[in-house]
Amino acid sequence: MTFLTPHPGFDTFCDPHEAACHGFLHSLESGAAVDGPGMRFVFFLSGCQFRCLYCHNPDTWKLHAGRRVAVEDLLAEVAPLASFLKFAGGVTFSGGEPMMQAAFVNATARALKDRFGLHIALDTQGHLHDRVSDDWFDPIDLVMLDIKHIDPARHLALTAQPLQPTLDCADRMVRLGKTMRIRYVLVPGWTDAPDEIARMADHVAGLGRAVELVEVLPFHQLGASKWAMLGHPYALAETPTPAPEVAEAARAVFRARGLVAC
Amino acid sequence: MNAITETPIPAVAADPWHGFSAGAWRDSIDLRGFIQENYTPFPGDAGFLAGPTARTQKLWADVAALLKLEREKGVLDVSADRPSTITAHDAGYIDREAELIVGLQTDAPLKRAIMPNGGLRMVETGLKAYGFTPDATVAEIWTKYRKSHNQGIFDTYSPDILAARKSGVITGLPDAYGRGRIIGDYRRVALYGIDRLKAAKLAEFHALDDAVFDEDTLRLREELSEQFRALEELREMARKYGIDLSGPASTAREAVQATYLGYLAAVKEQNGAAMSLGRVSTFLDVYFERDLAAGLLTEEAAQELIDDLVIKLRIIRFLRTPDYDELFSGDPTWVTEAIGGMSEDGRTLVSKTSFRVLQTLYNLGPAPEPNLTVLWSVSLPRGFKAFCAKVSKDTSAIQYENDDLMRPKWGDDYGIACCVSAMRIGKQMQFFGARANLAKALLYAINGGVDEKSGALVAKGLTPITGDVLDYDEVQAKFDLAMDWLARTYVKALNAIHYMHDKYAYERIEMALHDRDILRTMATGIAGLSIVADSLSAIKHAKVRVIRNDAGLAIDYAIEGDYPAFGNNDDRVDEIAVAVTEAFMAKIAAQPHFYRNAMPTQSILTITSNVVYGKKTGNTPDGRRAGEPFAPGANPMNGRDKKGFVAAGASVAKLPYEAALDGVSWTASATPGSMGHTEAEQVTNLANCLDGFCGAGGFHVNVNMLTREMLEDAMDHPEAYPQLTVRVSGYAVNFVKLTRAQQLDVISRTFHANM
Repeated sequence: MTFLTPHPGFDTFCDPHEAACHGFLHSLESGAAVDGPGMRFVFFLSGCQFRCLYCHNPDTWKLHAGRRVAVEDLLAEVAPLASFLKFAGGVTFSGGEPMMQAAFVNATARALKDRFGLHIALDTQGHLHDRVSDDWFDPIDLVMLDIKHIDPARHLALTAQPLQPTLDCADRMVRLGKTMRIRYVLVPGWTDAPDEIARMADHVAGLGRAVELVEVLPFHQLGASKWAMLGHPYALAETPTPAPEVAEAARAVFRARGLVAC
Repeated sequence: MNAITETPIPAVAADPWHGFSAGAWRDSIDLRGFIQENYTPFPGDAGFLAGPTARTQKLWADVAALLKLEREKGVLDVSADRPSTITAHDAGYIDREAELIVGLQTDAPLKRAIMPNGGLRMVETGLKAYGFTPDATVAEIWTKYRKSHNQGIFDTYSPDILAARKSGVITGLPDAYGRGRIIGDYRRVALYGIDRLKAAKLAEFHALDDAVFDEDTLRLREELSEQFRALEELREMARKYGIDLSGPASTAREAVQATYLGYLAAVKEQNGAAMSLGRVSTFLDVYFERDLAAGLLTEEAAQELIDDLVIKLRIIRFLRTPDYDELFSGDPTWVTEAIGGMSEDGRTLVSKTSFRVLQTLYNLGPAPEPNLTVLWSVSLPRGFKAFCAKVSKDTSAIQYENDDLMRPKWGDDYGIACCVSAMRIGKQMQFFGARANLAKALLYAINGGVDEKSGALVAKGLTPITGDVLDYDEVQAKFDLAMDWLARTYVKALNAIHYMHDKYAYERIEMALHDRDILRTMATGIAGLSIVADSLSAIKHAKVRVIRNDAGLAIDYAIEGDYPAFGNNDDRVDEIAVAVTEAFMAKIAAQPHFYRNAMPTQSILTITSNVVYGKKTGNTPDGRRAGEPFAPGANPMNGRDKKGFVAAGASVAKLPYEAALDGVSWTASATPGSMGHTEAEQVTNLANCLDGFCGAGGFHVNVNMLTREMLEDAMDHPEAYPQLTVRVSGYAVNFVKLTRAQQLDVISRTFHANM
């Protein structure tokens, strides 16, 4: 497995713009309560190599669609709320895919940890984890790992990227002793087949105690306008949102394996 | 009782104060002293609370049926034949046998009274609007023989005030309706009884026998005589219900009853813009604790008394005009009860009855009245914080105000008049001043005092800006002059209003339940702060081009580039908002005279009148279109707070309380789902946010926990949501009573949920 040795391409992978001190930010949210424990200050970083058919933020795909910011800029955003976030929650890096800007995210997360002692969460699909060394994860307290689909072929069809790196990332987090939340988006016709949910649940249960929570997130159509705005054809325009009881049934499958699901 | 023990069973004590401390409160009127020496802080959680009894449910069902009829008719009934006084009506009941706490404003529930002392035209317009006929005798009295407050004021108004009033640069002045914002210390009736209170007033009167008989003294002596008389009328009013208020209350039920009757007298006598109850919960708790300990009361019975009190408070009504209701969105009475907070000695003032009052929102269902206001402190007991957060999540019917900010200023026995105005109960009142429209004043600065909508010259002595691109320094300088004019005109109007209100519509019973020598504040207010801050930010950080009409009047603005907007925790614009707040307060404070030496204060609070202000104000340099609603209170403009509500709250928390001692109001809305995955998470997150906001110096927040679907459905099916309460700046309203425009506005600003 690639993560057993430091990745030789770590430095050369970086986008030329992705110096440790600068990155690209799509937007931020100062008061999110469903992106990690407690009240979260969320940085949505731009850039993602997945092309999920159900993506509700396709405007975050392109790295340079974001605003160029420095580590200090992000720290300045957090600073006035740090004492609040300290007791109420913490900071979450989301996106896009934050690991697209690994050096920048790491520098920011370390500074947030050193300066304010805040709880740091990473919302990722894990695909790029093998490009960073183990100590990259040191400032991360919680990894919220999105597993889009448990079947490799369907995963590829859904996201345009292979599944295996994500599963490898989950194993690596277990080895590193990181706490994880697994996020699974329930999309009618794509991710709601009972046998697939069961396989997913089996796999997640196999990760053991590292998984503190499984979040089953019902697909919604609120991102549709963004696809239209960007001029991309939106394959899920006719896909309905799952009924609450369908989402609840999916959660029950995880719970049946001893997992906490919401 | 246990008859086997040898302990003699105590007879019911003749002394109503038995078991209470021996402190100084016995010798002088001192409610705070009584509470401090006798109350029991409650550090626990909500586990002890009782649900509604069958009796309560039946009584509330009767009222709900009447409320339904009222919703259909607008006004259920009016007692148009007689001007209301404390004793004008006979006793009235909902269900005489079932009621534990009695007393109605007239002789029937939801039958409204008329109070022409505020102004006859208001009464007649209100009557006609709802299909009732004004009484000829009443009209004759108030045209031929008796002058109203409203007439007095218009006898003195100057042309600049009239022009400012007409254009809407000053709006909502209490010159045709009762000013309200006075909280009688209704607890005094329970603790001391009428005899004692009359004796105290008499002593205050005679202490002035040898004073110089100047105008101030003479006015005070006349007022004291009126107060003395009003107390006697209160006794007479209670007697109609078979209740003797002469002495102190001796049980919890008597204490609730006497406190309520004191309040009832006030709402029989005055149709005030806001008629707060004060801070009665922990006071009453002393009686509850005593009765519970003596076995005279069960928890269920204690809750019943509070439920019954709240039923009464929910049906307080005034006859008002549709115009007035549009300004204030709905039919508000602001029966504000302040709950919780901390004592100066560090003990919490949360008692079991603090919980019981909130519990009424479950026992009777959510409602906007009484306006339940939690005085939040980071030191409040955890169990109470959690219960408040849960009640907010479930009902959206609580507003929060920062006790840690107010206590150092006003002590630990203040109440909230209306939505945000803190005042020491029985020791302080305010002269309510509605609001000045600062956004319009900014347009006057640009147009040299000419109104952008009417083209009329309103503010004299200003010169217009003639350049095509607005220059920050020039706009600032001219805005400064426009604010000078506005502050001058505004305070003149308020002096006239309150002089006449004291003269023609004096609040006899409310003031009888005050000390003689009190602090008066002259409570001015501003509307449109976020528009002004954003406009100045646009002028400073982007390029704002003026678009003029043929007459040379600036009627629109083109913005090139981006500018930082208020509500994103960005100092580049937040500092402008702070500076404007401080500047206008300084200009108010610099006025040469305040009636009765009132202390000038300011609020940043628009209740729901932000919709009306928006209608009256043209395009503004921040890009807001003419007619668009202002943001309520100190809120950022809708949709411009792009960093979520924590950043928005941080911006609002920067507004200095010192420059806005009459309160700063912020409405934060979220869907429950956006506050966490589970109920436990939602409750914890909400409580933590309140701690965070208050810790940052934030003053006031309304919490809306709603779903968009729920609101949209309520617009189409109001009959299914008779009790849907929405908190809007400083106040909770029945959503279904709002106009469609107001409903859409509430929806558009209600959802922070990131989509």
